[in-house]
Amino acid sequence: MKHMRITTAHQSITFSRRMMVLGGAQAAVGGLLIGRMGWLAVAQNEKYQLLSESNRVQLIPVPPRRGWIIDRHGKPIAINRSSFRVDIIPQQLEKDRDVVSGLARLLALNEDDVERIRRELAESRGFQPVSVADNVSYDKYAAVTVRLPDLPGVQATRGFSRYYPDGPAVAHLLGYVGTANAKEYEAENKNPLLIIPGFKIGKQGLEKMLEPYLRGTPGGQRVEVTARGKLIKELDPKPDRSGQTVQLTIDQGLQQYAARRMGDQSGALVAMDVTTGDMLAFVSMPAFDPNSFSEGIGRTEWKALSANDHIPLLNKVAQGLYPSGSTIKPAMALAFLKQGVDPKRRVLCNGGYQIGNRYFRCDAVHGSMDMRSAVERSCNTYFWATGLITDPEQTTEMVNMLGYGQEFDLPLPTQRYGTMPSPKWLEKKYHRKWQGYDSANTSIGQGYVLINPMQLAVMPARLAAGQLLQPRLLMAGERKPAPGLDVDPAHLAFVRDAMSAVVNERGTAVGSKLPLDGVLMAGKTGTAQVFRLGERGHQSTWALRDHALFIAFAPADKPRYAIGCIIEHGGFGASTAAPVVRDSMTYLFDQKKAFEALEPLEKQWGGTLAERNARELESFKAASKAGSA
Amino acid sequence: MITSAIIPRPLARLPWRLIFLVTGIATFGLIVLYSAAGGAPRPWALKQGIIFFGFLSVAIVMSWVKESTIKALTFPIYAATLIMLIGVEVLGFVSKGAQRWLDIGPIRLQPSEFMKPAIVLTLARFYELVPAAEIRTWRAIWPAMTLLGVPALLILVQPDLGTCIMVVLCGVTVMFLAGLPWWLFVGPVAAVAVAAPIAYGMLHGYQRKRIDVFLDPESDPLGAGYHIAQSKIAIGSGGIWGKGFLQGSQSHLQYLPEGHTDFVFATMAEEWGLVGGVLLICAFAAVIRWGMRVSQNARTRFAQLAAAGLSATIFFYVSINLMMVMGLAPVVGVPLPLVSFGGSAVMTVMLCLGLLMALERQQRTVSRLI
Repeated sequence: MKHMRITTAHQSITFSRRMMVLGGAQAAVGGLLIGRMGWLAVAQNEKYQLLSESNRVQLIPVPPRRGWIIDRHGKPIAINRSSFRVDIIPQQLEKDRDVVSGLARLLALNEDDVERIRRELAESRGFQPVSVADNVSYDKYAAVTVRLPDLPGVQATRGFSRYYPDGPAVAHLLGYVGTANAKEYEAENKNPLLIIPGFKIGKQGLEKMLEPYLRGTPGGQRVEVTARGKLIKELDPKPDRSGQTVQLTIDQGLQQYAARRMGDQSGALVAMDVTTGDMLAFVSMPAFDPNSFSEGIGRTEWKALSANDHIPLLNKVAQGLYPSGSTIKPAMALAFLKQGVDPKRRVLCNGGYQIGNRYFRCDAVHGSMDMRSAVERSCNTYFWATGLITDPEQTTEMVNMLGYGQEFDLPLPTQRYGTMPSPKWLEKKYHRKWQGYDSANTSIGQGYVLINPMQLAVMPARLAAGQLLQPRLLMAGERKPAPGLDVDPAHLAFVRDAMSAVVNERGTAVGSKLPLDGVLMAGKTGTAQVFRLGERGHQSTWALRDHALFIAFAPADKPRYAIGCIIEHGGFGASTAAPVVRDSMTYLFDQKKAFEALEPLEKQWGGTLAERNARELESFKAASKAGSA
Repeated sequence: MITSAIIPRPLARLPWRLIFLVTGIATFGLIVLYSAAGGAPRPWALKQGIIFFGFLSVAIVMSWVKESTIKALTFPIYAATLIMLIGVEVLGFVSKGAQRWLDIGPIRLQPSEFMKPAIVLTLARFYELVPAAEIRTWRAIWPAMTLLGVPALLILVQPDLGTCIMVVLCGVTVMFLAGLPWWLFVGPVAAVAVAAPIAYGMLHGYQRKRIDVFLDPESDPLGAGYHIAQSKIAIGSGGIWGKGFLQGSQSHLQYLPEGHTDFVFATMAEEWGLVGGVLLICAFAAVIRWGMRVSQNARTRFAQLAAAGLSATIFFYVSINLMMVMGLAPVVGVPLPLVSFGGSAVMTVMLCLGLLMALERQQRTVSRLI
């Protein structure tokens, strides 16, 4: 550079050359820009058009109406009632205008509600409404509606809420519905339907299990909205489709009757149709009111329910496990017969039986017993003695086949199916050999034997039908003919006859004969020890009393229905469980007679189930008011 | 040039092709602003129209200014602008906040805008004064670097990265055309490639984020990448023919942020499509080409360098904005001149065009005499 003198001429050449470079660079940039734009607008046009549309059009879901649940005769057991609700659309709120306190006055909201609404408003975005109040009374709804011009952003709408006409009677069968929680929202991939105020999903029982059928498909108002969520215009809506109606095998009348008949006792009752396996009743009492659960339960009510020693929150039918007690004996008898025990074989009961170094005490001194009288009179000694001379593995197999310890294919969220112990099971679970006393305990339904109330109904149903009936809850679906039981029909007839004797001859449940002409009930009582073996009889503490059980079918000669029932801490099976079964069975044949039996009892308890439930709700409300004041 | 007996001579001698081009671009811009406001002349189109025609008049009046006058005023204007830049800095320091403008009565003056044409003129004047023999010596380099570096730094600390880049690019273009050695330009590019990671560490949080997001816009589609993502959606969904006038959902539903200022091109492209975009780019190219022609035809070194530098100013405005809008450059806040709403860009571009028209008039008059 230093060696070269640069002149003006040089400079001019340099300038022209560099102008060309600059011009070229500029043209290149221009070409790049046009190319880039072509790439975006032509090659990727489709992708960006989709993105632009998804920006422009938003769907405000319109929740579908939940499908009804009806009983086998078409009577509704879960329906939708129109209800009124008030929401706030945050987008439409005017600044510096406090509509919340105005609403609080109109709707008599308490401080907790007001605080929740303010919090949700602060966190809310766009046009997603914030719920102010659910299930508003018509008067309050009207009061808000009239003042809407003064309440910008407030929306009073008519919606639907779930209603169970039978209240607590169907609580554990149907469960309840409720607002989806954060976990359920995540589990459904943040389905926007779940966060619409007032939208409820099944939380328990059949409401939960049948959710896919009951929910329906949401429709939607397609709207054009701005980036800030302001609504510009409504496009053509997408219609919603209501959920399907689901028909159950339940007989609403029987369900309600049985629930009422149980009164204040804690227990469960399951009824089955012996010809099909249809479950006619599925009752667990006492129970909560699913209506108040679906509206969102108050804290006081929840506390009272969970503190109750009758555990109204537990579905005893599906989750309650109890020793079967003597209700196992008909099945035992059948197992003995199959293993070749002569039904005429006699065992002398002098009030107990010695096994090894332990003396097992029977309920009474029964004297000389054969198989029929042992079932009829529920003599333990006979079953202990006979249990020892038979193969426990085969015996258990028979009892298990008849239903005890079996899990059923039913739409229940949880099902505990208990245990029917056998030598193999004992070895696997407790790593010990089967002993004589295990046979003894098992043969009278104590020890490791644990069953649920459904099995209490399946057992007599299978004995009565002579078929491997499967319990069903849903009417829909194909009905497969049940295979026959692998037993001698003569043996079955023998056991049925013995069960009939229990009720109709000199048995333990003679007090529970059906008050009907020409219809005999066959059954078997059971008393399951809760506290300590050997201390039978009256206990003053309710929680230490024995469980009362009863299984039955009727008519005895041509079985049509089977019922299993457990009354927790009811004492002797014959005294508490059998009468409930008797009246429920009566209902199936003669409703008038059944209600005649119920009336004096309800008078004694202080009103019908509905009346007592209403009174209880009132007391909860009063307690909650007293608590907050 | 229109020659007609009816049209008076001074009017006929105006560069009408350029004026038509510029008015065409601005009118198209007004149509876009009208649409961006949801089909209303307010609040943008009407105001912008007034600003545009106001500055167009200023530019046309400027076309009668003599080259010698421009030369004479160059250094004083540069000095005044520099003082204003320092003034802004002091004011910002006093009020404890970033400040980019001076409030002088009713006018809000943004000195960094003046600096774009001012630096071009100053460097052009400087290189005119440097003897041809000394162009490749250190004496031709360091004063220019100082003249450019001081205002660039002042603008950078405002902080206004977009304007700073613009000023530096305009200055460097003049230096390049003046004939400084190649290594001076290739060297720094290499150095920047090396130093970029270090500089990145010194950037402001929001500037750094903009670069991060530019490199990977999908990393933050709802946050800092939102601008670019929505802008690409607007341009891409427009297709070849666009969605039609007043039919752009991205801009009308406010998904496109700054749809009337920095991202006005996306608003336009959504409704007018590739066709509108190419048309607009070609119109700008014609304007810039007109300016480059002025430079090529210039007789004096000052006019050569100044005209090229002023055209380059317009070029950098347009290209940086478009690259930013199409996701080829980080979002640095450079508006699209004549189209984006706002007075300062119109003012700068019109000052450039006014100066170019003045230089062009000199050529015609002077060249015929020689």
